[in-house]
Amino acid sequence: MAAQETSQSAIFRHAFGNVLSFTVLLLIGVMAFSIRLFSVIKYESVIHEFDPYFNYRVTQFLTKSGVYDFWNWFDDRTWYPLGRVIGGTVYPGLTLTAGTLWRILNSINIPLSVETVCVFTAPVFSAFASWATYLLTKEIKGAGAGLTAAALLAMVPSYISRSVAGSYDNEAVAIFALIFTFYLYIKTLNTGSLFYATLNAIAYFYMVCSWGGYTFIINLIPMHVLLCIVTGRYSPRLYIAYAPLVVLGTLLAALVPVVGFNAVMTSEHFASFLVFIIIHVVALVYYIKGILTPQMFKVAVTLVVSVGMVLCFAVLAVLIALVASSPTKGWSGRSLSLLDPTYASKYIPIIASVSEHQPPTWPSYFMDINVLAFLVPAGIIACFLPLSDASSFAVLYIVTSVYFSGVMVRLMLVLAPAACIMSGIALSEAFDVFTRSIKFHLVGTTQNPQENAGDATKVTQNDVKSEKSEDTVKERSSRKSKKKDKENIEKPSLVSRVEKRLLVLPLETSVMAVFLVVLLGAFYVVHCVWAAAEAYSAPSIVLTSRSHDGLHVFDDFREAYAWLSHNTEVDDKVASWWDYGYQTTAMANRTVIVDNNTWNNTHIATVGTALSSPEKAAWDIFNSLDVKYVLVVFGGLVGYPSDDINKFLWMVRIGGGVFPHIKEPDYLRDGQYRIDSQATPTMLNCLMYKLSYYRFVETDGRGYDKVRNTEIGKKHFKLNHFEEVFTTHHWMVRIYKLKSPRNRIRGKTKRSKSQKSGTSKRSTRKKNPWQ
Amino acid sequence: MKRLHPDLSLLFLFGFFTLFSNVCSDLVISKLDRQIDLSSQIVRFTTSLKLENNGAEAVSKVLLPYPENQGKNLAFLSVTVTEGKGKTKTSSDRLHVDVVHPEGMPPSLTWYAVSLPKELSKGGSLTLEVKAVFTHLLTLFPEKITQAEAQLVAFQDSAHYLSPYAVKIQSLTVKLPEPKVESYTKLENTKFSGSEIKYGPYENIPPFSLPTIIVHFVSNKPFSVAQELVREIEVSHWGNVQVTENYNLIHAGAELKGVFSRLDYQERPHVRGASALSSLVARLPARAHSIYYRDDIGNISTSNVYSDSAKTLLEIEPRYPMFGGWRTAFTIGYGLPLQDFLFKSQGKRFLDITFGCPMNDIVIENLFVKVVLPEGSKDISVVAPFPTKETRETKLSHLDIAGRPVIVLEKKNVVPEHNKKFQVYYRFSSFSLLREPLMLVFGFFLFFVACIVYVHADFTISKSSPSYIAKLQWDEVQTAVQQFQNIMNCVLVIHDKLDASLRDLSRTGDVQACKAARKNADAFLKELTKELKPLSAFLQSSPQALQIVPKVDELVIKEKELQEKLMLKHSMVVDSYEKKSGGRDIDNRVTAVQQKITLLRQEVDDLLEVIDEI
Repeated sequence: MAAQETSQSAIFRHAFGNVLSFTVLLLIGVMAFSIRLFSVIKYESVIHEFDPYFNYRVTQFLTKSGVYDFWNWFDDRTWYPLGRVIGGTVYPGLTLTAGTLWRILNSINIPLSVETVCVFTAPVFSAFASWATYLLTKEIKGAGAGLTAAALLAMVPSYISRSVAGSYDNEAVAIFALIFTFYLYIKTLNTGSLFYATLNAIAYFYMVCSWGGYTFIINLIPMHVLLCIVTGRYSPRLYIAYAPLVVLGTLLAALVPVVGFNAVMTSEHFASFLVFIIIHVVALVYYIKGILTPQMFKVAVTLVVSVGMVLCFAVLAVLIALVASSPTKGWSGRSLSLLDPTYASKYIPIIASVSEHQPPTWPSYFMDINVLAFLVPAGIIACFLPLSDASSFAVLYIVTSVYFSGVMVRLMLVLAPAACIMSGIALSEAFDVFTRSIKFHLVGTTQNPQENAGDATKVTQNDVKSEKSEDTVKERSSRKSKKKDKENIEKPSLVSRVEKRLLVLPLETSVMAVFLVVLLGAFYVVHCVWAAAEAYSAPSIVLTSRSHDGLHVFDDFREAYAWLSHNTEVDDKVASWWDYGYQTTAMANRTVIVDNNTWNNTHIATVGTALSSPEKAAWDIFNSLDVKYVLVVFGGLVGYPSDDINKFLWMVRIGGGVFPHIKEPDYLRDGQYRIDSQATPTMLNCLMYKLSYYRFVETDGRGYDKVRNTEIGKKHFKLNHFEEVFTTHHWMVRIYKLKSPRNRIRGKTKRSKSQKSGTSKRSTRKKNPWQ
Repeated sequence: MKRLHPDLSLLFLFGFFTLFSNVCSDLVISKLDRQIDLSSQIVRFTTSLKLENNGAEAVSKVLLPYPENQGKNLAFLSVTVTEGKGKTKTSSDRLHVDVVHPEGMPPSLTWYAVSLPKELSKGGSLTLEVKAVFTHLLTLFPEKITQAEAQLVAFQDSAHYLSPYAVKIQSLTVKLPEPKVESYTKLENTKFSGSEIKYGPYENIPPFSLPTIIVHFVSNKPFSVAQELVREIEVSHWGNVQVTENYNLIHAGAELKGVFSRLDYQERPHVRGASALSSLVARLPARAHSIYYRDDIGNISTSNVYSDSAKTLLEIEPRYPMFGGWRTAFTIGYGLPLQDFLFKSQGKRFLDITFGCPMNDIVIENLFVKVVLPEGSKDISVVAPFPTKETRETKLSHLDIAGRPVIVLEKKNVVPEHNKKFQVYYRFSSFSLLREPLMLVFGFFLFFVACIVYVHADFTISKSSPSYIAKLQWDEVQTAVQQFQNIMNCVLVIHDKLDASLRDLSRTGDVQACKAARKNADAFLKELTKELKPLSAFLQSSPQALQIVPKVDELVIKEKELQEKLMLKHSMVVDSYEKKSGGRDIDNRVTAVQQKITLLRQEVDDLLEVIDEI
């Protein structure tokens, strides 16, 4: 009867635990969503930065024209005159997700605008991601660790930086997809269910749709499989978890246009195939081992090993030949820079010029994952006690992601979930130990009066007190008293069983430790909220500054884009550095020459060359590209540091990489980049300098640049081939129009003159690849 | 280059009309005073006419002709009867005005017939005040200016009043925005003072006499024209009227030629950018709330709200100063308290709200006013103070099923004079209000019920499938194992109790109590062993428990052994106590047994843990 009662109470407790963790998860989801709304509250509901504007534009197209048009979309508003096949070159996961969300909402008569859906996609998916983290960590180390990890992930600054409301970028959904794929992999590994294996392949497909970072999955999982095999943990469950993923996953991945045959042809994917072969060999070996006697098996092993070696060498040779035949050795530039961190800065300035492709600094680790950095080692240790398939995966995940994050700031994002999982495990284990010790001590003291009523136990309790020195006995007796307790007060029996093995810390120590751990958590929360509110919420298209007379808003970018969109012809081409390409197409709806997609280095180099050439040469290049307006970003008046002058050296480098007459040293005085009176004449005569500082001297009389903190070198000059048509309120964006060629007759005479000199004509032709 | 020249057609008309001058000669205008207000892009004519009937018959209609260029740009016309002079002047309601096409008159004139409130009998006299508002009547000259130049416009009309009736005394005053005039036509009796030009008085002018005057003057007021304005007024019976206005604005003044220099504009905004449109003021009703101002790409931060008890002023600046020819588009929206605008009369509700846009000095070329009524509104009718084109739509919004009825009123050429209230009458039952919350409540209820059903129901398709049966069996095994564990734990607790009783004994020497404890424990153990039997039998019979059974059996055996040893120890100790042996002696005897007990206990615990993990 007692047993029945205890089982009933166990069911009740179980149900209560479920409801509690469900509520906690719900609250975690709400928190993950709402901590990302700082940007909406502090600024407005608007798409942020650069890439999100492109995604937003694609989503607009998708919702307007439907999926089929989306796959076939050739965008002629960008990369003029080349255009870009959007459907085949974009990771469609994010767009399709938001588009579907929008469609569903509209079909049930919730008329949200596409913009609203896009703005809030990232917060919604970060709630999903924290739930996925719960599931993954639960599979690794139990529900407690899961809840802790989910709570940590919900507010980890690194992830917040990519998923605040408005940050409508691939990473927003990709991190969810990444964690969920890992969860399904571990789930399959733990259960050996083919159902989860199939789901895993689908989740992997979603990840491939969403982000180029899927290669991380397709390399990490094989690594883990290999690790399991090497450490003798091979099981049929491992086979079920891996083989269907490779087969189905690769097939599905090849369906995504942007990946296509890359899924079987680039080196990033080869590891998975290699491991696929290995796991089959291993499976075969295990099978044969099962059916053969030990002696026969030994014979078979020698046979197979000798034949297998030959085969392996053959396959390896083929692989190497394949890899060697492709120009970048089968690796794309970005992936290569992962393996060799210095690769990009050496060979591809266009990759190196993006700040998020730089290696991170130590403070950025503290900024982005904060106290998790200290908890991770503890989590790794906890994963080894005991080491299971799942926890070995977690360890492998954190180790690889730490390496990758060290290569590229952007991949800090991949590290964040791993760090959260590890810290969740560490925190949860720590709490487990401390609270158990406290509970043990409290139960020991409070139950005394109760037990007095009982018959024989009184003595026991006294004994416990008298023999404090002997730990084991203490435990025993505590268990005893607990057992007693269970009999009387119907407590479940199972939980206490585990306790006896663990060390019990002294009460004061554990209370102190709990206090410190809570303090650590509180510090983390404060840091995260600060990071979300102050550091990562700025949409970067609208800037604010606080001065003594209140908040000042710099809305110059949108001012310029609105002007372009309303006051220029629909088909006018706007040239600017590629950073502003996406925004110009999305906000101003004008054709641009280059944009943030950076797929054609030559084209970008052409624009870079034009901007670093003198006025006439630049005019020729722009005119040959049909450009009507040139847009430059200038921060010298108000002190906006990330303007075109500060980026200018990259334009020179990228331009010089393709057109050798642009030489970086021409723009540097003694290796220093300067725009003051010491600057080189090439610098002071280039188009970028002129467009930025045109009539700037008239603002304060001496032309003091607040970003470079110096007076500009060349103050009074005229523009001959460009005319100012618009400058925004704080001069942050200046738009110039190409003057139409003035007078045909004069031009003719000039040309005939220049023909006399002979060589110059050829040199101009060389300078301009579009003539 | 285009030259400014008088409209020849007017001169031509002049000659043409003399032939027909006797058509309507019964009426005579004894005194006429005309004022033309050119201070903004909207030209306002205020004409007061004193009519006398010299004919034999009573007259009920008065004809008002307008030349072609005025007729097609006429936005608003109101005619009132005024009585008295100066302070005692009173004016009646607006008179009814029709467009007519009198016979024998050239079609290039637009004729309006004013129906008098009562017939004007022979010899009677009456004073009419005619207010006419025109848009696009000013000609830009030159059409393109640079940033530094002032905007010049030309206005052309006749010095004499165009009328089918003979006019005895008439005068004309032209009011200019600034006292800067490039040129103006000088006739006799012309006087230019301040910012006014006066023509007349002229006496005894025959009908249709039209000397043209042209005024070329500086008008730096921006010509803001909304090419399209869509006002959506959404009524929510939860207490809010939401107004959303989408503007598509153009500065229709002289186009900017050449460069726009921000430097010049910032240094001397009134000289270099005098005609630029830098801000607009919307006069919203009092208690307007949740005001926003944005465009396609987000919020526009340059706006201010000033509110008092009578009104709310919203001052907005476009993203950029608008020069001639520049365009922009933006949206403003605000909420209004429902009780200020929605009233009840005769069982019907009616919305009473202004028609035009809340900004002054804006000409609206196409105005769409959409009134979105709550879902389930019936018997909708509109009462507007002027003719509009009315269509119906439905709009699907939050939680709608059938859609909300939308009344679309369309009007072209709207000027601030149209900013009058109009009424939308409809029936709406208050119960419909509860429909949407109830729908939500019901929806969530269904969802939770579905959850409960899902959790409790068994969705296995085949109850006889091996996996299902295996699952059921596994559940049974698990409960059995759990019960088994419970029993084992109880047994262990009893062991502990026995141990404790021994310790008690060593302290108190109370042999009887110890024996009693022993008896008690024996009884308990027996009972538990009995309970254990069916469980182990079940486990042995179950195919699912194959891996567990050996462990369980082992545990049972070990436990038995432990029990025996414990009993042995117990009886030994009790015996020794009864024999009054020394403490050391007892210890010596028990040590061997005690070691075994500890060992066994360890094993039992291990086994229990193993089973627990299963």
